Amino acid sequence: MMRTLATLLALSASPLALAGPAMAGAVEKQPLNVAAIGMFMVFVVLTLGITYWASRRTRSASDFYTAGGGITGFQNGLAIAGDYMSAATLLGLSSMVFAKGYDGFIYTVGFFVGWPIITFLMAERLRNLGRFTFADIASYRLDQTKIRTFAAFGSLTVVSFYLIVQMVGAGQLIQLLFGLDYPVAVVVVGVVMMAYVIFGGMIATTWVQIIKAVLLLAGGTTLAFMAMSRFGFSYETLAREAITVHKDGLGMMGPGSMLADPVNVASMSLGLVFGIAGLPHILMRFFTVPNAKEARKSVFYATGFIGFFFLVVCTLGFAAVVIIGKDPQYFVNGELGGKLVGGGNMVAMHLAKAVGGNLFLGFLSAVAFATILAVVAGLALAGASAISHDLYATVIKKGKADEKSELKVSRIAAVAIGVLAIVLGILFEKQNVAFLVGLTFGVAASTNFPILILSMYWKDLTTRGALLGGFSGLISAVTLVILSKAVWVTVLGNETAIFPYEHPALFSMPLAFAVSIVVSLLDRSAAAATERARFDDQFVRAQTGHGAAGAHKH
Amino acid sequence: MTGNATHAIRQHPQFATLVKRRSTLAWTLAALTLGTYYLYMLVVALAPDTLHQALHSGGVLSVGVPVGAAIIVFTWALTGYYVYRANTEFDRLTATILQESQP
Repeated sequence: MMRTLATLLALSASPLALAGPAMAGAVEKQPLNVAAIGMFMVFVVLTLGITYWASRRTRSASDFYTAGGGITGFQNGLAIAGDYMSAATLLGLSSMVFAKGYDGFIYTVGFFVGWPIITFLMAERLRNLGRFTFADIASYRLDQTKIRTFAAFGSLTVVSFYLIVQMVGAGQLIQLLFGLDYPVAVVVVGVVMMAYVIFGGMIATTWVQIIKAVLLLAGGTTLAFMAMSRFGFSYETLAREAITVHKDGLGMMGPGSMLADPVNVASMSLGLVFGIAGLPHILMRFFTVPNAKEARKSVFYATGFIGFFFLVVCTLGFAAVVIIGKDPQYFVNGELGGKLVGGGNMVAMHLAKAVGGNLFLGFLSAVAFATILAVVAGLALAGASAISHDLYATVIKKGKADEKSELKVSRIAAVAIGVLAIVLGILFEKQNVAFLVGLTFGVAASTNFPILILSMYWKDLTTRGALLGGFSGLISAVTLVILSKAVWVTVLGNETAIFPYEHPALFSMPLAFAVSIVVSLLDRSAAAATERARFDDQFVRAQTGHGAAGAHKH
Repeated sequence: MTGNATHAIRQHPQFATLVKRRSTLAWTLAALTLGTYYLYMLVVALAPDTLHQALHSGGVLSVGVPVGAAIIVFTWALTGYYVYRANTEFDRLTATILQESQP
């Protein structure tokens, strides 16, 4: 019981629910699930077929990085939604509602509101100013070498932390759902991911994400439909039964104890909302559409799919309170209200079995695994682009690299990232990776996001300001995570944490902004004057798309 | 991109209108979204019982459930409104400006 609670608490207090399955402490290998493995194989074969098709259309650097800008708004909307609807969203959020009732729903709303903000303030500017990576935008009018190197470094940091989280999640999930060994899972994920990225580039990566998003939406909705049919599709009927089963009784229907620490919640929601806007694999999706109009449409569709999916997932958790909560076969030793079989995050999976039988459980397991595969492919591609486009082509070759060698470097980089991901995934098997999620979102919100938003919106930003601001965000985010409970107590074994909150963003993000702004304002160098003067050009392009990279014709 | 074309666009009388309309709309909607969300969080923190009331008298399903769902649907509708305005009005204005700024 305590372990389940601990896992759930870790989940609820961190963006882990979105980032990667938090199976820490509650992993048990299950018997071999043939149906799930079979369906997963079908997914892999199908997506490798798509990769083969994509490989024949991937000729230029633009094809490789951004699918030649030929993805439609609707397709991209599904792909963006796919990046955000991870396996852990399905498992984590449903489990949170199952355990905490309405409090889980409050968190879900918080996970959502960043998307409208991205639509209003970022989508079209990203598309108009960027070409292949978000460093294109950050360095648009600043020092190419310095800012690009720093932005590429920021991207690679976020990508590596997040990859470890996903790899460890994949290994643990597959033990639970498929009954396979951890290293087998990690190697399978790493190898298939490399195949997608190396041969199919962004075209394959996008289609894998689209297929997975459709499967996840369809699977989740079917499950919710089957579960609600038991209550005559009435939430009132469900609620009446739920309060007799749930440990909090009627208390589960309203806000409870989860928000006892508002500072922690505020810090988490800041990190989450603005961290998303600093994740390189999400940002690069805005470059895959032909123009700003499609970029706007894609966030509209993505926001709709994500909102719908979140409501479905909460319904699953709510229905599971009754369906799973009353069925002793899903509890260890048959003790109702005790520890769930397979760990606290298995609520959606148990529900699939309860209302759809073993075959449906197999389907949902396969979708959950496919989800991880699709997300790591996006991460690997973002990392490879940072190495080949930012570091190799722009910084080392000063923009004079020929396309062929740039593509070769990006493929080598993808292999290196894949191998690294497998090795780190295996090394981190027994580690509690919760702190890496804090780091990922902390660094994304405090390093990538401030530089990106200031470079787009604020004329007076200078190279010096962006660098010092970015560094202070990076250093403070990393330091605060190290001083927080997840590292200071859990990893390093100290008695109490020095930094009392779990997420650094509330402190590190404003610091990054403040340093950037103050340093930029004090910057009287000649370079700074030129950089400010160049804002006008950038502003016109951001507003009108004049001079923006167009779609590539096949 | 030539500096001249950029200069012409910037000087176009409609350019300032476009910038003003778009930023007014974008910031208003962003404020509305964050305002709605933080108002909800304030109610959660300071007056949780408001959300705990039964939706129908004699029922147990709380008001909070449709309120939470409404926030998701409402803010999504705002994105729809923004995209609609941007894809029609702003894009038309942009096209006019770009065309009339051709040397």
